Order: sequence, then structure tokens, then C-alpha cells
Amino acid sequence: MPVIKIDGVDYEVEAGKNLLEATLGLGLNLPYFCWHPAMGSIGACRQCAVVQYLDEESEQAGRGRIVMGCMTPVTDGAIFSLGGDKATQFRQAIVESLMLNHPHDCPVCAEGGECHLQDMTVMVGHRDRHYRGRKNTHRNQYLGPLIHHEMNRCITCYRCTRYYRDYAGGTDLAAMAAHDHVYFGRHQEGVLQSEFAGNLVEVCPTGVFTDKTLVHDYTRKWDLQSAPSVCTGCAVGCNTLAGERYGRLKRIHNRFNAEVNGYFLCDRGRFGAGFVNSEQRLEYPGLRQADGRFDALSHYHALQHLQQLCTGGKLAGIGSPRASLEANFLLRTLVGADNFAPGFANAEQPLVNTALALQQQSAAVTPDIRSIESADAVLILGEDVTNTAPRIALALRQSVRNKAYEMAAGLRLETWQDAAIRNLAQDQRSPLYIASVADTRLDDVAAGRRSLAPQDIACLGQAVAGIIAGDAGATIAPELHQLAQEIGSALSGAQRPLIVSGTACGSAAVMRAAASVAEALCAGGKQAMLCLAVPEANSLGQALLCGSDAPDLNQLQQRAASGELDTLVVLENDLSRRGSQAQIDALLGAFKQVIVLDGMDNTTTSAANLVLPAASFAESEGTLVSLEGRAQRHFQVFLPAAERRPAWSWLLACLHDLEHPEALALQHFDDITRACADAIPALAGITAAAPDHLFRNVGVKVPRQTHRYSGRTAMLADVSVHEPKQPPDEESALAFTMEGLNRAQPGSLLPYVWSPGWNSNQSLHKFQAEVGGHLKGGTAGVRLLHPGSSGTGPVATAEPFQATSGSWQLVPRQRIFGSDELSALSPGIAELVQPGFIELRAADAAALGVSEGDGVEVGDQLARLEVRINDTMAAGCAGFSSGHSGCGNLEALARASLRRAQDWQRRTPQLIGSDAASGGTHD
Amino acid sequence: MSLELPRQDRPLTRNVREDRRPTDLGAYEANGGYQGLRSAMGRLSPADCLQILKDSNLRGRGGAGFPTGMKWSFVPMDDSPGHKYLICNADEMEPGTFKDRLLLECDPHQLIEGMILSAYTIQADVAYIFIRAEYHKAAQLLREAIAACQEKGYLGNNILGTDYSLEMHVHASAGRYICGEETALISSLEGKRANPRAKPPFPQVSGLWGRPTIVNNVETLCNVHHIIERGADWFQSLGLTDDAGTKMYGVSGRVKNPGCWELPMGTPVREIIEEYAGGMADGYQLRGFLPGGGSTDFLTTQHLDLAMDYDTIGKAGSRMGTGTMIILDDKTCPVGFVKNLMEFFARESCGFCTPCRDGLPWSAQVLDDIEGGRGLPEDMDTLARQVVYIGAMGNTHCALAPGAMEPLQSALKYFREDFERHLNGGGCPYCDGGAA
Repeated sequence: MPVIKIDGVDYEVEAGKNLLEATLGLGLNLPYFCWHPAMGSIGACRQCAVVQYLDEESEQAGRGRIVMGCMTPVTDGAIFSLGGDKATQFRQAIVESLMLNHPHDCPVCAEGGECHLQDMTVMVGHRDRHYRGRKNTHRNQYLGPLIHHEMNRCITCYRCTRYYRDYAGGTDLAAMAAHDHVYFGRHQEGVLQSEFAGNLVEVCPTGVFTDKTLVHDYTRKWDLQSAPSVCTGCAVGCNTLAGERYGRLKRIHNRFNAEVNGYFLCDRGRFGAGFVNSEQRLEYPGLRQADGRFDALSHYHALQHLQQLCTGGKLAGIGSPRASLEANFLLRTLVGADNFAPGFANAEQPLVNTALALQQQSAAVTPDIRSIESADAVLILGEDVTNTAPRIALALRQSVRNKAYEMAAGLRLETWQDAAIRNLAQDQRSPLYIASVADTRLDDVAAGRRSLAPQDIACLGQAVAGIIAGDAGATIAPELHQLAQEIGSALSGAQRPLIVSGTACGSAAVMRAAASVAEALCAGGKQAMLCLAVPEANSLGQALLCGSDAPDLNQLQQRAASGELDTLVVLENDLSRRGSQAQIDALLGAFKQVIVLDGMDNTTTSAANLVLPAASFAESEGTLVSLEGRAQRHFQVFLPAAERRPAWSWLLACLHDLEHPEALALQHFDDITRACADAIPALAGITAAAPDHLFRNVGVKVPRQTHRYSGRTAMLADVSVHEPKQPPDEESALAFTMEGLNRAQPGSLLPYVWSPGWNSNQSLHKFQAEVGGHLKGGTAGVRLLHPGSSGTGPVATAEPFQATSGSWQLVPRQRIFGSDELSALSPGIAELVQPGFIELRAADAAALGVSEGDGVEVGDQLARLEVRINDTMAAGCAGFSSGHSGCGNLEALARASLRRAQDWQRRTPQLIGSDAASGGTHD
Repeated sequence: MSLELPRQDRPLTRNVREDRRPTDLGAYEANGGYQGLRSAMGRLSPADCLQILKDSNLRGRGGAGFPTGMKWSFVPMDDSPGHKYLICNADEMEPGTFKDRLLLECDPHQLIEGMILSAYTIQADVAYIFIRAEYHKAAQLLREAIAACQEKGYLGNNILGTDYSLEMHVHASAGRYICGEETALISSLEGKRANPRAKPPFPQVSGLWGRPTIVNNVETLCNVHHIIERGADWFQSLGLTDDAGTKMYGVSGRVKNPGCWELPMGTPVREIIEEYAGGMADGYQLRGFLPGGGSTDFLTTQHLDLAMDYDTIGKAGSRMGTGTMIILDDKTCPVGFVKNLMEFFARESCGFCTPCRDGLPWSAQVLDDIEGGRGLPEDMDTLARQVVYIGAMGNTHCALAPGAMEPLQSALKYFREDFERHLNGGGCPYCDGGAA
């Protein structure tokens, strides 16, 4: 490893790094703006300037030249000065230059207090300004309901466009104009189109792009009470930092996890937690009266009713793939494993079980995000990953750059030389092939994409597997043979091939085909990776908890109808999303009593006899298992208001009241986790997901509040002028106070990032073992899945799809905004959720006599949906907006007739603010 | 234009007519045109051509004076598949510079012949002429000339029956000064923002579309076939000093006969100004001059006897740059002169790096204050700091900002009393009512 000298001290540093990374890694402070650990160097801001000396003699003489830390490779024997006058004065001049046009509006800026520009300004020591000219002013743009734009604050570091365009593949944000008029925005006002636009909030080193939902409900970072959390928006399990004040969840920030989400979240995750503050949240338990109205109950009386219902009843339980393992485990304990359905839709349950089984059996590795980014050939079968497991899609976007890194290695360019590598590789990418029912959001980086019906996707996958296995007998339609050959040779020629599939198109055959391809690669000696997406935050955990034999909703209904069961407990599950209205009505009707624990008022709670208000993810701790089989713990950010309780707390109290033998020893949340781990061999590892409540960090707890938390305000003076005592936290190693130590604790216990002089999220490197690398305290979560050893035996065959005239196969089309239940109820995202739609090929639409925006009646009054013309839709298929209102009756892969809807009211096009001048209005 | 040298001693302008009518293919060939190409293509290998060029000591005429042969020698010459590119930088936007325009408008075939042999030397298969959009006349002539050459077999597949092929395109710039910087030119040609690129990697290995690329100035490329045809020794013999060849020199400002002449490299400054440019206009005295365009340091009357070549002018504290001088006379305010240039450079900054993007407008603002009588004594310190902060090579992403600071830093050295008169007298002494 090279040894470099900085200000007279020798340091051993890692080869291949640039000086800025190395310096930060050594714990030294060197200010920067444009460099980003995930995006590398371009040398634009010139802030990380240091002086480099040719040799010791020139060092003695003080004859060095200014170089940029981010652009300078560390080489053995190099001599630098960070603290010398020359470098210091240059860095001060840079900040002074940046301040020429910066508005100094920190007191009213949402970034204030966590602004990298503030931090760096203080760090370089710039104080007095000499500039007397006028400041530039820009017009700000409306960028949608999620992101606030304030261009005057811009310091032109180019991070935003580099992130948005180069990293995330967006096209509608650009640097425009030149010299000191450079403008970062859209060519015209409008909603940012990237699903990852929210990361601009954290990427921007100052307040140009800020979180609009936070701006409208504002708290400074130092006044946030934060806890490590896990996103419940999909199954990826991105680690988040959730911040609260005055009982409101204020915002979600990224919590770095090198193996799950790195530095970035998707917009569903970042902006999709607003439902926690929703008016639709249940506050009190409710008991339904004969007239159908609910009477509010106290916690005590609610438990009494719960106990009564459970004592007399023949219990069944429906768990939830969006609830924690612990809550599900307790409900399963309460009702008995035989009477506990995991809470999937009937068709979904075998799909998730298949996804789990394939990963358990396959010799292929289930990749984490770093492995996905390292893949040098990718095949995606049936999944629009950007809309189903968005963060994975962002990683796949990076994987296609491995070709560029390979080319760069030929010129001995280091991977951090971002601009140089992009210029070198231009549009050359590692191969990524997609077979899907219609277009996907990764098409722009794909070497090839083909629209196919799910059965044909499976056929293609099996053919690819056959080709890789050298099976000349692989049969496939001739028009697909060449594509299969092409994919097969790309995967065979790769070092780290990755197959991605999942439950999204509703076909187990597609996932089996994906596994076959991975198996064939493994059999050929490749270390193939297999990534299977599942729908919800704890889908995989539910499958692990319940096993493949667990009853589904149909079986519970039949047994209730036969009188075997009469009381149903539903845990955090809106059953209207789990089947058609008729199915769910029949299910609920089969039970005499229905008890529902949930957070939101929905059709299932409305149908209950007893409703218990459950705490949201932010008010509860829980363990979730992500799609890669990683058990992760989220923690209470704040205590639930009113009579809300974590679902596990309701259930544990009920079990205690019933003196259930298996619950007697359970006191703390951690006891439930341990009991679950003991009872379910597949979940044996989950206790390692996070330290238990007895953990102490060098003798003290980890604080949820920053040590600058101002606490005392008059906000609650109407209730009491006394400062309320902060409650103790009996359930975790975190404290609801500012006392404790937020340093070097296990990664799963990181409530916020802050370090002296580093108030912004850029302080993260102080928590990392190396810049951009794992957290000092270890990576959060524990992997429960390990590669199997089985060759899957004979390659299964799949039946090709036969289109039939007059009916269409319904294929689900997920949307990042709208397909997920709870995020869609968050204010910002709710604005972006489109009404339910059906996607048709133009020829099909023409045959039905409809065009874009018209209505179509699906089947026998199953749904009335708006038409979207999509000529990429596979022949014979019609896509429907999965999870959207109005689509509840539609079942994936069912065939249905379509006809033009009569009396359909076309929507008027929505306008944005800037259009108002031309006669429109913005709501 | 005064054509004092015999035509055989001024190869670049030998076809330039008194009335400036362009030389068409027939006239060009009649004058011996494409003979160099014909003889070289059969006779010399690319390596031979490169060696001749190295021996000739041809240095880049765009301003930096980098040895052309050495620059080309970094182009990988293996047989790896993919394009290699030659780009002619005809984006002549340096303030006070108009030498390439003369060559482009009067003798387009000379450039094309030079480019074909240059491309052959580095084995490029595609060539671009990146031309300033305002040079629409030249662009049209070049397009016509390229078409004529394709018909004649000088361009296209299997040039002159050899197995060498070359296609050539004219690309009109969208009009930014920074496009004259070779990597910004490449970015612009790719359809991207005209931001310069960090080096390494150099364009010779990763240039246009990530492929090996050579970018050279018009005048440089015009020399190439002459050198290959007539030899390195001939070329060396043309120069008066150690630097070889002839040079297009120009003078603008208040001289009797502003213009552009091809003269032996190393012609003394005094000879260019006094003989070719006819000396200062009546009633004006010479105070100083920028020797090679707007981004070079002032020299003054004490430097008149220096030879105009790269090394001599460099040692005197300036740069020969493009070789086209801008004269500062005694009735023009040096502060206003520098301010005008500074505003140009500030406006032409691509906006990529901080010292240039925000530093140049800051300098321009300070100069504007001084010129407008709003200056403060400490502004002199601010300017002195900025000269170092913005002007030092390596402090900025490319050479634009250091170039922009050259007139200012030398003005502070040579015309300091003018700055102080502005500060003490509350305004510009050269303006109406001033004390000049």
C-alpha cells in the first residue's frame, strides 16, 4: 500500500484511491462539493485543493503546486500539504467565489443546519466578503409535489445533473446556459420524471433541491428525533432514517447500508411515509354496535373485548406481509399455525413460496446490491424492476457500466475518474436483456428487450437455460431462437451473470425459468446470481414464518363456512387488496366475529366487529425480511399517540390476558424475536438483525435526539408549561433523549449522522470504516438465505402462449406510485398516483373502438378502466394498473373480454402552475 | 494585404490571390496542389510521415505551441478495431485573431490536403473540420472542396488507389469561445455541453466518442503536406530562430495597416508592427501589445526587438499565442481594455469550475468598478489575489481562466499607475473629460 506524506506525517493509504477519499478515510478534514463517494470525481468545484510537492526539497522550499484532491491518485511517496497557507487561501477563495451569488438565506432555507455549504464555509475559514456586485437571481421551477426548487442557492457543483442523468438515467433535468448563469432545471416546469429524483435532496450540497413535504411541515435536522428504520414501500428493505417532531413524522432520509441501498432511496421510500401523519389513521379502538357505528374504547376496555372474543371463539388469523415478523408470530401463536394464513392473496401465496423455494434450492447466490452492481451480464424476466423493487433497478443501471470500467482498466483509469470513464465508454454497456410484458423503465440501458406474454417469457428463459446447458434440443419459437442464443452467449461469456425475476407478472413459471437459467450457469461453473423480487416489505419473512403448507384465504373461508372457525383476527392487512370484492365479502362473511388490527381506516376495518389501532412502522419496532432474505430491524421513532399501540403490543397483552403458555415468558419485544427464532428454524438468525434492548454503546444508550436538540419550545404550552419528561425506551438500546453515544455502534442502531463540523449527511464518512465502505459498526441486518447445492435436475418446460381473439390475458403493470398500498396514501405521492388504467396495443384499441383516455369495461363488470395506448404490450395481453383503485377484481393472467365503456367521462388534462398564465388552472 | 516575401518562401499563402478569391481545385492542382499527397501516399508509410514531422519541429499554431510530431506520436498505432479521428480546430475565436480565416477562405484545398496527410499519418479514418459558425463562407468553400476531392478520389474509399480511406465532414460550431479548447471542442462535437475534459486521459487515446483523436489548428494542419513534400530541413530553414517554418502574423489596433502576413518564424516584433503594419496611426503612440491574442500577457515598447517565436516571447513573460497582436495605444484606457477582455472571458466561461465561472465575473466587476470610478484602494489587492487564484495553471479545470488573467496580471505590472489614477481620480482619465 502506498505511503503518502500529508503536512509532514506519513500515512499508509489504499492504492487506487484519490487523495480526497484517502484523506477523508484517514479522518482528516478536507472540504469538497462536487465529489460524491458513489459518483466519483470530475474536478469541477476545485474545493478540495491541496498543495503537492515534487520532492522533499521543494517541500522544504515551499515550492508546491495546487492540485485537486479528488483528481489526484495516491502514489507512493507523494507529498502533500492540506493545512499550508497556499492551499488554505485557495480554498477560502473558492468559497468566497461560491458566495458571490449565494443568497445567504440560511434562516429561511430548509437546508439550514444540515447544509454542506455551511459546513464547508466554516471549515475553510472564509469570513469577509470582498465582492460588491449584484447577485444573480434565477426563476425557480415547479418540479412536482416532492421536490422544491430554489436555484438562487446553487453553487454549480453539477452533482444534481450528474446524479440525475449519469447515475439515475433521468433525462429531464439538465445543466443549461453557461458561465455564471448555469441553470439546473427542466426545459420547462413539470414533475421530475425519475423515480429516484428525491435523492437530489441529499445529493445537493445546499438548498437548491429540498424535500417539499418537509418544507411544508418543517423542522431543522437538529430538532428531529430520529431512529434507524427500514422502508416498508417494497421488499428491497432500504435502510432509512426517519425523523419526527411533535408527533409527526417529518421526513425520511437515506440510512447508509453498503449492501442494501448504499447512498440512495427511491421516491416511494423517501416520500411514501407521509401516511403516518394521515387523517385516516385510527386513534382509538372501536367496537361495532348493532347499528353499524363504532364506539371508541379505551385501551383497557378494548383489551377486555379482545380477550372475550378470543376466549370464546374458534380462532383464525390472517397475518400481513407488510407487518413485522414479531406481530405475525404472535398472531400465529394466538390462533395456532394451522389457522394462520400469511395474508397473501390466493394466487400470490404460491408465487412468494416459489420465490423463496427457488432461492433456497438454487446454487446461485442471492445478490446484495453491491453484487448486483458488479454484474457484467443481466437477464431480467418478467419484471419492471423500477416499479416493483426500485432500488434494485438503480443498481442494475450501474451494472451496465461494468463494460466501461473494463475499458477504463485498459487505460489504467481508476474507477473514480467518472467523467473520463463516461467519455471513454460513451454508450457501450455490459449486456442487459429484458423480456417483459411491455416496456420497462430500464429499456434505455438494455441491449435488447422483447415484449412477451408471461408464458412466452418462461419459454424464452427455459430456452436460454437450455442453450447455456448445451442442450441443442431446447425448443422455442423460431423468432425467439436468435434472441435466446444472443442472451445465452452474453450470460455464458460473463464472469458475474445475474438473473432477475419475481412475482410481478404473476407467473411462477417465469421465476422457475429464471432459476433454470441461473442453475445452468452454475452448472457450467459460473457463480451466477439470482434475484427474485417479491411484493412487500416482509413477504419473504411471511413465507419463511408460515412455510409452504400454511392455509390461504380460501382455505380459511372454507373452514369457517364449515363451522370449524368462527372468529377472525386480521393483522395490518386491507383484505380488499387480496382478492375480488366478492371473494373478500365471502371470506369476512364466513366468520361470526372479525377483529382487525391496523393503522388506517379502510374497508377491512370497516367490516370488523372490533378494531384496534396499530402503530405504524415509525411508532413500532419490528423485524422485516427483505427480498434477499435479509432480516432487518426497524425501531420506534416516536411513541404512538392516543390509544395506538404496536400490533405486537396488542397481541402480547391479549396473550398475557389469556395466559397463553407460549407467551408467559415474553415480556420485551426482544423476547418475541427470540421466541420466533427458536420456533422457526428458517428464522433462527433474526436475533442477530440488531442488538437487543440490553445493548449499551460504551456503557450508554444511543440517543435519538441530536445533542443540539432544542427541546424547549412553546409549542405545547397550551397543554402544560412544563417540559414533558422524555419517556424511557424499554424495548431498544436507543433513548428518546439526547443522552448517549452515537458513534461506532452497530450499523443497525444508527439514528442519524452527525460529526463535529459535519452537520449534513456528508458526515457519513465519519461513520464508515472506509469512505464509501461499510459502517464502522458493521452492516445492518442478517442474511437468512444461503445458496443451495441442488442442480435443479431436468429443465422444466413451459407452454407457449396462445392468443385468442376476443379475449385478452390480463397482466399486472406495477407503478412506483400507486401500486403500493400505504405510500399511495402519503400526500406528495398521492398527487402522482394516476387513476387505474388498462394498457392496450393500438390495434387492439382500434378494434375496440377506443383511444387514449377512453374507458374500457373489463370482463363482466370486473372493472372500468381508462385506456392507455401502449404498443409495446405483448400481443394478446392487456396490462392493468396493479394495486390501483378499481383494479381489485382483476386477477393476474386471467383472460377477460374487453369492450368500450359507455357513458365514460374523459378526464381533463391536468395543468401545472406555469400553464395558468395561458388559461389553465393548477389544483 | 502586403505580400513582401516571394511565394516560394511563404508556403501557406502561396495560393492567396490579391483579390482574395478562393483557389478552386483546378487552380490548386495547377499550382502543384495534391502533388505532395500523391507522392507521399505511395512512397511513405505513416511512420515515415510522423518521423518527418517530428524532425521538422513543427509546433502547434493554435496558441500553445506544442510539438505536433510528439502530440501525434501518442496515438496508438495498433490494429485494434474502431475509428480514429482527426479534427481540425477552425473555431477561431481568440480575440484579435483572424489568421485561420485567411487560410480557410483563400485556399481551402491546402487545409484539406494537409488534413488528408495528417489523417494518413495517424491512420484516422474520419476527419472533422470544426469551424466557427460565423465563418459561413469558409464552411461553404470547404464543403464544396470536400465534394470536389471526393470526386477526384482524394477523399473517400481507397484514396488514390491505396488501401487508405478517409471521410471528411464540416461541422459548424454553435459559437462558444471555449470550443477552441480541444477537449471542449470534442464535447461539443459529441453534442454535449462544451465543457473541457480533465486530462489524462488525453484525446490521443480517448477523444471523440472515446476513440483516439488528434485536434490541431488550421494553420498547423496546412503546414503538414508542405513539410512532408519538401522535407524537415526545408521547413527548419524557413524560420529565423530555433522555431521552424513560417507563421501567420497579424496586427490589429491603431496601426496604419492592420492585417495578416505570412512571415518567417521569429520575425522581430518591431518589423511586424512598423514595416508590415505600417507603424502606429497618426497621433497615436504605442503603449503595449498583446502578442498573440486576447489571452496573452502585455508586452511593451521594451520588447519590440524580440523575435516573435514561442520561446523568445515566452521568456519575456508572455506567450506568442496565435501570433496575432493587439495594439494598446496611448489614448486607450488600459483598465477599460482589460475590463473589456475580462467581460468577454467571463461571458465565455463554460461554467464548469468555480474559479473561472465565478472568479472571472468577480474580476470583471472589480474592473468595472475601477473604470467607473467606484473602485476602492483594496481592489488592487483583490485583483492581485485573483491573478494568482484564478490565473495559476492547475487551479482551474482548463486554460481559459489562466489565459483570461494574463492581460490583467501584466496590466497590473506595466500600467499600474493607470489603475491608481482611476482610484485616485474617481474615474477613467481616458474617457470624456478625463485627464489624458
